[in-house]
Amino acid sequence: MPLAHRNYGAARVLAPKGRLDHERCEAFQADLAPHAEACAREASALVLDLSGVEYVSSAGLRCLMIAAREAKARAGRIMVAAMQPVVAEIFHISRFNLVLEVFPTLREALASVSPQAVQAFERG
Amino acid sequence: MRVRFWGTRGSIPVSLTAADIRDKVARALLAASGRRFESYDEAQAFVVRALPGALGHTYGGHSSCVELDLGEEEYFVCDMGSGARAFGAHVLARQGGRPATVHVFMSHMHWDHIMGFPFFGPAYVPKYKLYIYGCHDELEHAFRLQQQPPCFPVPFDALRADIQFVKLEPGRAHSVRGLRVTPQVQRHSGDSYGFRFEKDAKSVVYTTDSEHKLEQRSEAELFAAFFRDADLVIFDAMYSLADAISIRADWGHSSNVVGVELCQMARAKHLVLFHHEPANSDAAIDGLLRDARRLEELTRDDFSPPRRLEISAAHDGLEIEV
Repeated sequence: MPLAHRNYGAARVLAPKGRLDHERCEAFQADLAPHAEACAREASALVLDLSGVEYVSSAGLRCLMIAAREAKARAGRIMVAAMQPVVAEIFHISRFNLVLEVFPTLREALASVSPQAVQAFERG
Repeated sequence: MRVRFWGTRGSIPVSLTAADIRDKVARALLAASGRRFESYDEAQAFVVRALPGALGHTYGGHSSCVELDLGEEEYFVCDMGSGARAFGAHVLARQGGRPATVHVFMSHMHWDHIMGFPFFGPAYVPKYKLYIYGCHDELEHAFRLQQQPPCFPVPFDALRADIQFVKLEPGRAHSVRGLRVTPQVQRHSGDSYGFRFEKDAKSVVYTTDSEHKLEQRSEAELFAAFFRDADLVIFDAMYSLADAISIRADWGHSSNVVGVELCQMARAKHLVLFHHEPANSDAAIDGLLRDARRLEELTRDDFSPPRRLEISAAHDGLEIEV
C-alpha cells in the first residue's frame, strides 16, 4: 500500500489505496508509523484520505484506532476523510464514526485543521 | 440437535422495567392503529408477524445458559448463569420424578456463569448425576466458594445430587456419551474456553467471553479453524467494534463485526449474537443484529463462491434446530 504524503499547511495527508484488512494491516501500520512520528515532530495533523480504500475490516479499523490513540498520547490529531460509500457504511456499522474524527471530504477535514491548510489545498 | 437458550445476557441478568413494558404496549397499540382482534390467537399472530422486532419480544434476561438437546435421555448444557434456574425447572418437570444425568460444560467461572447453580433444582435431588466439565484447575473451588456463608445458606456438601467435576484438556477432542467436545482457550481475564460440539455430522460452537484481535494472523486462523464449517456459532457479541477496541479494549469481549468476519473466514452457516451487554435495550440489540446482517450483505461477495451467513440474536427462550 503506497503511502506518499502531501502537506497542506499544518496537515499531512496520506491516501492509502485498496483493501485495509487483516492481510494488509501490519504493513499499513508500519507505513503509517513514520508519518505519525513526523506529525508529532512538526505539530501537524494527520489526515487519511480514504477515497482510494475499497474495504476496511476490523483489523484495519484496529490499526486506525491504535494510530489515533498514539497520536492522542502525543497531543496529536488523526482524522479520516472522503470515504467510499461501503467504507462509510462499515464505519457506521462498527460505530467508528463515533470514535474517530470523520469528514465527508478532504477539504472539510483540512478546514478543521486551519484556514491555511484549506488555502494550500485550493491552490493545488 | 436442538439448541435451547435459557440465558443470553452478559455480565449480569437484567429485566424489563414497568416503564419498558408501558413503552412497548403503547407502541404496539399505535402499530395496531385501531385494528380489532376477534381472539387471543389473532392478537398473538399480529404481535409475532406484524410488530417490529423489539416490540413483540425481549432479549431478556438471564445470564449465560445454553442447552444442547440431543434428543436423548441425558442433558447437555453450557454454563450455569442465572438461566440455569429455569433450565433446572425444565429438567425436573420433564423427568417427573425419574432421576437424570446432566452434563455441564463450563466456559469459565466468572460470577455471571456460575450464579445460577445454587438455584439449579437438579443439584438438590438424590439420584441425579451432575458432571461438570471444564479446563480450569479452580473449577470445583469456584462452585463450592459461592455456596459458602455468608454468600448462600446451603453449603455445597448439602447438595443431594451426585456431583463430579471433570477436567478437560484444551485443544483435544473428548467424547462425552458420543458427543465430541473440543475445548479452545480464549482471550479473557483468567482465560475462558470455547467448546466445539459435534454429533451426527452437525457442529455447534459455543464461544463466549472471548476477545479477538484479528490483525494477529495466527489468532484469526486459529479461530477460523475452530469455527470451520460449523452449523451454528454462539458468539460473544457484547459490544460494538469501536467499544471493543477503544474504551473496552482488553475487557475480554468481542463484537458483532468480528463475529461476522470470523464466521465468514470459517464458512460457518449460522452466527448467533450472544452475551448481550446489560446496558443495551432491546432496540439497541436489534440495531446490532441489523448492522451485522448488513455487514454480511456488504462482504458476502468477497468469498468465492459467495455464501450467505445466517445471523440471529439470541434471546431467552430461543430454540434453533441444527
